Amino acid sequence: MSEQIFELKGNLFTLSVLHLFSADTALLSKQLDEKIAQAPKFFAGAPIVINLSDVQDEALDFSFLKSMLSGLSLNPVGVCNGSQEQNEIAKAAGLSVLNYSQDVKGATAKQQTNTSIVEKTVHLPAQVIHGTVRSGQQVYAKDRDLIVIGAVSHGAEVISDGNVHIYGTLRGRAIAGAKGYNEANIFCQKLEAELVSINGSYWISDSLQGEHWGSAVQIQQKNDSLEISALVKG
Amino acid sequence: MAKVIVVTSGKGGVGKTTSSAAIGTGLALKGFKTVIIDFDIGLRNLDLIMGCERRVVYDFVNVINGESNLNQALIKDKRVDKLYILPASQTRDKDALTRDGVERVLNELKKDFDYIVCDSPAGIEAGAMMAMYFADEAIVTTNPEVSSVRDSDRILGILHSKSKRAEEGLESVKEHLLLTRYNPERVEKGEMLSVEDVQEILAIKLLGVIPESQAVLSASNSGQPVILDSESDAGQAYTDAINRLLGETVDFRFLDVEKKGLFKRIFGG
Repeated sequence: MSEQIFELKGNLFTLSVLHLFSADTALLSKQLDEKIAQAPKFFAGAPIVINLSDVQDEALDFSFLKSMLSGLSLNPVGVCNGSQEQNEIAKAAGLSVLNYSQDVKGATAKQQTNTSIVEKTVHLPAQVIHGTVRSGQQVYAKDRDLIVIGAVSHGAEVISDGNVHIYGTLRGRAIAGAKGYNEANIFCQKLEAELVSINGSYWISDSLQGEHWGSAVQIQQKNDSLEISALVKG
Repeated sequence: MAKVIVVTSGKGGVGKTTSSAAIGTGLALKGFKTVIIDFDIGLRNLDLIMGCERRVVYDFVNVINGESNLNQALIKDKRVDKLYILPASQTRDKDALTRDGVERVLNELKKDFDYIVCDSPAGIEAGAMMAMYFADEAIVTTNPEVSSVRDSDRILGILHSKSKRAEEGLESVKEHLLLTRYNPERVEKGEMLSVEDVQEILAIKLLGVIPESQAVLSASNSGQPVILDSESDAGQAYTDAINRLLGETVDFRFLDVEKKGLFKRIFGG
């Protein structure tokens, strides 16, 4: 048996659509001619589909329409949105009947009028990490808080667009309010961090080694700097 | 079902090969059919520590490439029944290991053996990744100093995210901490991290603490796994670790500075 020499597959192509508002073919011919004259190369041999949605009730001579379009060096391939009767005649004239239920332009216009911008805070549940964040690992909680139930090792990095909570020792880097949020906090049970940063202000280990080193703290941004306070008072 | 145990560390020179040899031998002494595979392609060491370097004909890479069968490459230990070694190739590099090839060899070994101990090379490159990818359990070998601890931490992270068990969403690799070259005197002086310090950072279960010992070096040089030297503190500490690996509860020894008795004080220790 010989091998099959073809393959049949579906595909999508962009076709120009000629949307008719009137069945006056003479006027159409004249106006189209003028239009094509503006960019003859662009239209030469272009496949074209005739949209009949506005002329469904009118009698159209498809053979004439076809030869007229061909005469303007267009290549009519089919019709859409025609009446049952029009579809039959179009088929007889050698045109395909295509499914094209919606006018794309109309649809987008409609959508735009319906869309109104409502400002609303979307609440995303916090990302929770169970276990230690190890050296070399990076966790980013996008648009949400980050909770680590475990330690953050040296060389590990935890980042959140909201708050960072660490139920363990913070030895690596913690970055809160990464996208710019000055109300963000970093909480940890034991501060031994390489770096902490909130909304762009940061402190490295050297500046952290004060009275709060090794204890449970809350870190906030105040006046473009950071402020560390004991988490457990007294 | 055979268990694949990787002995890994990240950092080099912490005692992975010594520990692989001791643990493999220890498991075989307990009656389990055990094979130790040297994954350190290009820097073949395990055969030296095991004292079988003159008996290497075919190696791991030969088996992967189909140039020899497994039985030709496996070296049976002369001292311990049920103990085998699959040596690394000295002339190739780590790219000679393919994931499919390693998996095929491991699956073949699993039919026959109770334990497969993989001696990982240092680093986090291809060879080390290959050694830990198929592991069921990992023995993370760490020295009590900061760089070793940090590298071990990195390895634990990789085991968590890049091992076969992690990728397939199976139960995660069981992690054990093996602290080697532990010197209680130096810990007391603050020159070395203590067991507690290391455990606090790594937060995994402690399998054993091997004291820094002359016995380790002399055992390595004479091609004897140190666990066979049952007189030595290191040998005993490895035996304790094996018992813990098999599920027993054993008290930790050699953690404190030995108090010199009257006898030793007079005659010197």
